[in-house]
Amino acid sequence: MAEKRTIELGLATSGLDAQGNPIEVPLALAESANLGADVERGVGSEHLLLNMGPQHPATHGVLRLVVELDGEVVVKVVPHIGYLHSGFEKLGEYRFYNQIIPLTDRTDYLAPMANNVCLAMGAEKLMGIEITERCKVLRVIACEMSRIISHIVWLGTTAVDIGAFTPFLWTFQERERIYDLQEAWTGARLTTSLTRVGGLMADIPEGFEQGLWDCCRRLPSVLDETERMLTNNAIWCARTQGIGLLSAEDAINFSMSGPMLRASGVAYDVRKDRPYLDYETYDFDVPVGENGDVYDRYLVRLEEMRQSIRILEQALERLPDGPINVADPRVILPPKTAAMNDMEAMIFHFKQVMEGVKAPAGEAYVAIENGKGELGTYFVSDGTAKPVRWRIRPPSFINLSALPKMAEGHLIADLIAINASIDIVMGEIDR
Amino acid sequence: MGVTPSDGAKSAGGTSVISQISPNWITTRLDFLANWARSNSLWPMPFGTACCAIEFMATAASRFDISRFGMERLGYSPRQADLLLCAGRLPFKLAPVIRRIYDQMPQPKWVISMGACASTGGIFDTYAMTQGIDTVVPVDVYVPGCPPRPEGLLYGILLLHKKIRGETMVDKSIREEHILQPGGLRLPPEHVDVLSEPFGNSVHQTRSA
Amino acid sequence: MNPSVEALRREFGGKIGRAVESCGDTIVYVETEHAREILAWLKNTPGQEYNYLIDVTAVEYRDPELPLEVVYLLFSLDRKAQLCVKIALTKTGDLEVDSVVPLWQGANWLEREVYDMFGITFRDHPDLRRILMWETYSEGYPLRKDFPLRGRLSRSEQVKRALHANPEAHYSMELLSIAEAFNDLPHDMRERLAKGERGAIPEPEQGTDRG
Repeated sequence: MAEKRTIELGLATSGLDAQGNPIEVPLALAESANLGADVERGVGSEHLLLNMGPQHPATHGVLRLVVELDGEVVVKVVPHIGYLHSGFEKLGEYRFYNQIIPLTDRTDYLAPMANNVCLAMGAEKLMGIEITERCKVLRVIACEMSRIISHIVWLGTTAVDIGAFTPFLWTFQERERIYDLQEAWTGARLTTSLTRVGGLMADIPEGFEQGLWDCCRRLPSVLDETERMLTNNAIWCARTQGIGLLSAEDAINFSMSGPMLRASGVAYDVRKDRPYLDYETYDFDVPVGENGDVYDRYLVRLEEMRQSIRILEQALERLPDGPINVADPRVILPPKTAAMNDMEAMIFHFKQVMEGVKAPAGEAYVAIENGKGELGTYFVSDGTAKPVRWRIRPPSFINLSALPKMAEGHLIADLIAINASIDIVMGEIDR
Repeated sequence: MGVTPSDGAKSAGGTSVISQISPNWITTRLDFLANWARSNSLWPMPFGTACCAIEFMATAASRFDISRFGMERLGYSPRQADLLLCAGRLPFKLAPVIRRIYDQMPQPKWVISMGACASTGGIFDTYAMTQGIDTVVPVDVYVPGCPPRPEGLLYGILLLHKKIRGETMVDKSIREEHILQPGGLRLPPEHVDVLSEPFGNSVHQTRSA
Repeated sequence: MNPSVEALRREFGGKIGRAVESCGDTIVYVETEHAREILAWLKNTPGQEYNYLIDVTAVEYRDPELPLEVVYLLFSLDRKAQLCVKIALTKTGDLEVDSVVPLWQGANWLEREVYDMFGITFRDHPDLRRILMWETYSEGYPLRKDFPLRGRLSRSEQVKRALHANPEAHYSMELLSIAEAFNDLPHDMRERLAKGERGAIPEPEQGTDRG
């Protein structure tokens, strides 16, 4: 390889000067740039292989990237995944539908409640169960709480990756408050196992509504504070604007979803386009970016958190009274006292625990809009109580597959920012 | 277990002299000082893989504040760390990685296995998962829970402090490198098989259909 | 029933198999050889415009007589319509289908996962390697029904094989343009690449110091 490979660098990183006007800073010298006489021409031809991960703090888990570098410029990225492959989908084939729910906590562990909801919806679609009104609203609350904690962790850790540590402490403080609510409701901070096929594992406890109202009122001020620190910050803008560009066509072609797709200007949101849990009756906006860079993804996620607060407020206002579970003893376990004292209830209890709930033969795909993107559950049943195939449509797995497309041609430092902007969670990527 | 001490332990001049003398006032005072310093300034290498890593982050963040125990300096480089904190599942694909990280850490070093999956494989009794990191690296403290609450992790760290305070330089064996045996495993194969046996209600739950 | 099925039958006739409805969603079976052509038609034809590939996966039924199925979930972003296209593969035949990566880049990793988990190969896939299991994984295809939940080998053997894997292995040389510059590389890297870092299982060396 005598002559140096040419890397087209049409990109420029922009920032804001002291007056707030955008400035253009060339990212790197193109091949045509006039190098000084003392610069050795041959130096550029030596590429460097760099192995990042699987144990690297900025890969958000056990992602491994093999990076080929020309100087500091990324020529090629080959992501290696599977370092957290635990066999979820295989394990699901050996479990009753309700027994799979604890597994879903551990796929996207940044938003466990939304995962629980998605799985229960899949099983309910398969069995043709219509859940109660109160359950629907509570599941909306669970989904939106999950979106907020997922985005807020993203915000904190991405800020750390890009070099700002303080937002991490602010966001985690806020997240702990939502965790307290989550714990009061489900009994667990992280592995919630909130839903059951046909309902929920528990109704919200006393004081939960007030606590959530308080959260909804406090959260915007934390977001404002973080935004004051980052949105117009010259360093933040320089590190994120114009980085990791992805056009709308490419984003669709790569099957991207969630904030990644919307930052590229495609207003596809499962909540609007394939409404579930009566999302069409809630009033909220879908933020859409223009440029499809890291900065837009940041703005989109911030706005989504504000929209989630709007949805939470509407859900709290409309929360109807009534049962949380469907009145079908074949699907929902009877209350403990009934199972102990009533023969019929005991038989139903026994049958559910020992034989599980049988789903008719067929298949069902449901999708929800999770913090990462379109989270899907695909069940195939052959009429027994255990699924033939349980498939998670993993949004961050598919989003991550576009990383080479986004990162090639950028600096290695920008690779970190781009990787962070995808909002990956390895539990879901590797399953 | 037929573990051979590494070259490092043999050639360190100080250990051989100290090992010849019995515990006395000087060594116990020195032990006290060294252990006090070590236990209160552990440099963790967070090997965070899955859900437990999120709880570890929560432990390190503002509310629980791991720096109260002298651990705010998160290593991320095994060569500048003395506590390997395995937080999360360890699939087989990751086993050589944690082994290499463990081997790269200098003595003295300790290992905390955080959570059910790291300790026993947890609910993942599948083709892809090691059934406990102790089949790969030696473990000092197991923290149960799925995932453990931050308080649980902090309690595990305090237990490790207790363990460190009980160490003595007279006992050379605690500084032995647990290198892999010729067969390629840390433990005899039968031990690994026994450690990996399913437990609890698995028989019913691993029947398909 | 999704009206696209009728349109498909008009356009392709006998290449379209049965169509069923399950839980409100339409599933249409197509012939293996013409799958890519049909999917391309569904993607590009005005009035169909299934431009968004939701998912590619495969299903194996517990009944050993039933064929393996490759599942394509399509969605039209403009028409908000969803369609499930399936290919049935008899287990005795070649488990081989055409890759749809030329149509959707997003299928790249999804097809790799199907290959890794089910052993179905995709013709013309740019980079068909195992994705979740490591490349020298020899126990089989985990999501196949004949694959036991705990794998085929004993736990100690599994741990042993895992520990023998080189964590730095599988730099896929073919993928990196560094392969072009092979002769210009430093000696040690050339040697490592030449030894095939994609990783054969090394024989255990006596008393290996892995530090």
